Amino acid sequence: MDLCDRSACQLSKMLRKREISSREVTEAVFDRIAEKEERIHAFITLTREIALKQADAADRRLRGGKRIPVLNGIPVAIKDNLCTEGIRTTCGSRILENYIASYDATPVRRLLREGAVLVGKTNMDEFAMGSSTENSAFGPTCNPIRPECVPGGSSGGAAAAVCAGETVLAVASDTGGSIRQPAAYCGVVGVKPTYGRVSRYGLISYASSLDQVGAIARSVEDCALILNAICGHDSLDSTSADVKKPDFRKALGKKVKGLKIGLPREYFVEGLDGGVRDRVMGAAGLLRENGAELIELSLPHTEYAISAYYLIATAEASSNLARYDGVKYGFRSPEPVDSVSMYEQTRSRGFGKEVKRRIMLGTYVLSAGYYDAYYTKAQKARTLIKEDFERAFEKVDCLLTPVSPCVPFRLGEKIAEPLQMYLVDIYTVSLNLSGLPAMSVNCGNVDGLPVGLQIIGKPFDEETVLRVGHHYEQTAGAMGE
Amino acid sequence: MDYEPVICFETHVELKTQSKLFCRCPASYGKTPNSRICPVCTGQPGALPVLNRKAVEYTVRAGLALNCSINRRSRFARKNYFYPDLPKGYQISQYELPFCENGSLEILGDDGRPYPVGIRRIHLEEDAGKLIHSSSSFSASEYSLVDYNRSSIPLLEIVADHQRNPLRSVKEARAYLEKLRQILIHIDVSDCMMERGQFRSDVNVSVRPRDSKEPGNRTEIKNMASFKFILEAIEYEIKRQTGILESQGEIHQETRLFDEEKGMTLPMRSKEDAPDYRYFPDPDLMEVEIDEAFLAGIRKSLPELPDEKVNRFLREYQIPRNDALILTRDRIVSVFFERCARTCEDRKRLSRWMLKDLFQVLNAASIPMEKCPIKPEDFSHLINLISRGELTDRISQSVLAEMVHSGGNPGVIAEERDLSPIKDVRLLEKIVDEVIEENPQLVSRVRAGATKPVNFLMGRAMEKTEGKANPKTIRELLRKKLQTH
Repeated sequence: MDLCDRSACQLSKMLRKREISSREVTEAVFDRIAEKEERIHAFITLTREIALKQADAADRRLRGGKRIPVLNGIPVAIKDNLCTEGIRTTCGSRILENYIASYDATPVRRLLREGAVLVGKTNMDEFAMGSSTENSAFGPTCNPIRPECVPGGSSGGAAAAVCAGETVLAVASDTGGSIRQPAAYCGVVGVKPTYGRVSRYGLISYASSLDQVGAIARSVEDCALILNAICGHDSLDSTSADVKKPDFRKALGKKVKGLKIGLPREYFVEGLDGGVRDRVMGAAGLLRENGAELIELSLPHTEYAISAYYLIATAEASSNLARYDGVKYGFRSPEPVDSVSMYEQTRSRGFGKEVKRRIMLGTYVLSAGYYDAYYTKAQKARTLIKEDFERAFEKVDCLLTPVSPCVPFRLGEKIAEPLQMYLVDIYTVSLNLSGLPAMSVNCGNVDGLPVGLQIIGKPFDEETVLRVGHHYEQTAGAMGE
Repeated sequence: MDYEPVICFETHVELKTQSKLFCRCPASYGKTPNSRICPVCTGQPGALPVLNRKAVEYTVRAGLALNCSINRRSRFARKNYFYPDLPKGYQISQYELPFCENGSLEILGDDGRPYPVGIRRIHLEEDAGKLIHSSSSFSASEYSLVDYNRSSIPLLEIVADHQRNPLRSVKEARAYLEKLRQILIHIDVSDCMMERGQFRSDVNVSVRPRDSKEPGNRTEIKNMASFKFILEAIEYEIKRQTGILESQGEIHQETRLFDEEKGMTLPMRSKEDAPDYRYFPDPDLMEVEIDEAFLAGIRKSLPELPDEKVNRFLREYQIPRNDALILTRDRIVSVFFERCARTCEDRKRLSRWMLKDLFQVLNAASIPMEKCPIKPEDFSHLINLISRGELTDRISQSVLAEMVHSGGNPGVIAEERDLSPIKDVRLLEKIVDEVIEENPQLVSRVRAGATKPVNFLMGRAMEKTEGKANPKTIRELLRKKLQTH
């Protein structure tokens, strides 16, 4: 096993014992990138020079031997919508093609403070709008498991990089499933914490009330390490929650015996791939064998989730993306003669098709005369969906559902059918609407393509989510071996 | 037909907070362009706003001073439009649930009665940056530069009510603006410096037949920062609209700009072209909850308002109304007066001396009131010396002049410079006798019944005492001597 395929937990131990150096780990990662990146295209920007410098600094700290943070010397990839000071941050868009951020996003700053090594900025659907990473202005990412398939999206680059050993850990964002769905498609683990758990300062906004930063890794335990580093209140983000931050790694040890796990009926209906359904039910069965109690229940407003999501997300996006006007930074169309045509041409040429589609949708949603019919109504639906979960959590400790109704599809298969693409998010968007923590853990394959199990928790109860995921991972892994 | 205007202001007031509304950049004026900026106020990707608590406090302060009800739950909204000075492509403002609603501002109406002008709402928003064009206008410029120092400086928007007691004349409009500015300066939320654009107004003007209750179509004149031009613009608009109505024409609801050089308003855009700002609650900011403790704290810290102060001055100090109005117009003046009043025996004299003599002396020396070198207790002492007849009016003038230069105690100055009144009656009698001897012709005219020459004789006598005699005493002596001689 190459160093780049090992877990962060193992590497951290080996580093402390001085069996290996961070430089060796980092070089292993860049060797893997040299080998695979051309085919997978997980990164928009690689930061090899910076990474090696950080690795050497991490090694010096290890030699110094004082209190060393767990992530010291561990390679981490950052989704390219998180600002990195002095490093190009494109958001997968031509309009920010040459944008160099002037500051570090809070989650990035916290990772670097822990001594993490920055591998590069990962590919994504432009402005995180998409479910396949095909909407990147820098070309699509391929699924390392089967390169003719998509890696999911929008954090396809991050999930593919973790899967292929092009990084050990990744930090990404999830607005409607953008961490969980690519994690599922690439057979890795992805966590979207509770809204407010991780600061959004420096995360380039797509839909502010839905965006949340989270983790992608090859094990639940590694995700817990990332959460320990990036979670916590931040005075620079007014929506950041001032709640106590537990040690997420400690939550992993507990068993699932006696836990009440809900299976929402509406998530196992028509449209769900039979194979996916079987794997998810298989996982539920395993947890029951280990002492959890399965309870079938109903989330009656589930059917409104996709509509509510696409109304709210596009409305917020239409406003959030107004700042890309060619005035201050980023791409500016060279031809215009006056300010209005500068706006028109800069935005027409700087944004891709899907981004423009969502800006137009969102502009329409907020327009005079339509606002109540769309935006207000979507907010009402959002409240009802949230209340569904509140009621469910009176009876159960967590919920199990599929992450995606299907396994990874082929590149180009859905790109011409936006509505088909939107439906891929059907099981994930509700958790952004309700702000709840949710995780994707691999629960087997269908025809060699991975299936993700979604574990959903109560607000700020990532611990139960991690605990169930970790337990499942351990028992299923043991059975597999 | 007789027409009546209806005038309604939307006034933007820059708050005097230390830092900007949503970031920690200093809110300062006149610094090097783009030297007071950060990722937040330049709209960098990923940057997020954090609300300045002080700005909320100032807004609520203004709301209370303008008799508004304060919403316990308040919310920020995004106003979406494109302009190069607006870095995010939207302005963070308020739409539903502003901080303050339903207030009023009392002015003296044209009918001579107090008139509470309706205030519909007061909300808090961020200012935009500033464009500097290479030529006279945006469209004529080869290029334009943007300075974001002003971007996100907190602004209050005070919106008067169209329906509830609107302004009815240019005179009332002036009274409203002056009073509004006075109050905001007084409660210390803004310096309202017009030349710095800290007090800018949009004004809505419509005209209707005097007996009509229906409002006419109104025009809005945008963004004016000088009283003079605002009033000129209103006057012009009233004439223009009245002219149209008199010739059976129709007023178009539109936005106009005031051309300061030509002294006229010109159309900017029609109602049909009005932008749709697509307001929606800003998801980057939480709702603001105003609790009772916060409100009580502000209520407690709110200074006495100008009207209340005038009434109190009338009541407590028994001074003429006009004096009270002038003394309360400026906080520094009123504080000075009240400090003096604590030890002063004659407040009417105090007020008269302050408004006339003190102001005159300070003016002549070009010293502003806030730098007045005289201590209130010394000034009060001076007035007391006059009241007790220990200093004559005329001597007091020179003592006051000396005090402005040296800042000293009036008693000490009078003594040092030998300015105390001559109390020795025999000495005064001697002087009067001299005057009578020196002016035999006048004396005989007085004895023949003329009164005028008495004043001349008095002046001569005062001169001889170098002003150190009490004029009353001299007059008494003269009368006595001229009758008994």
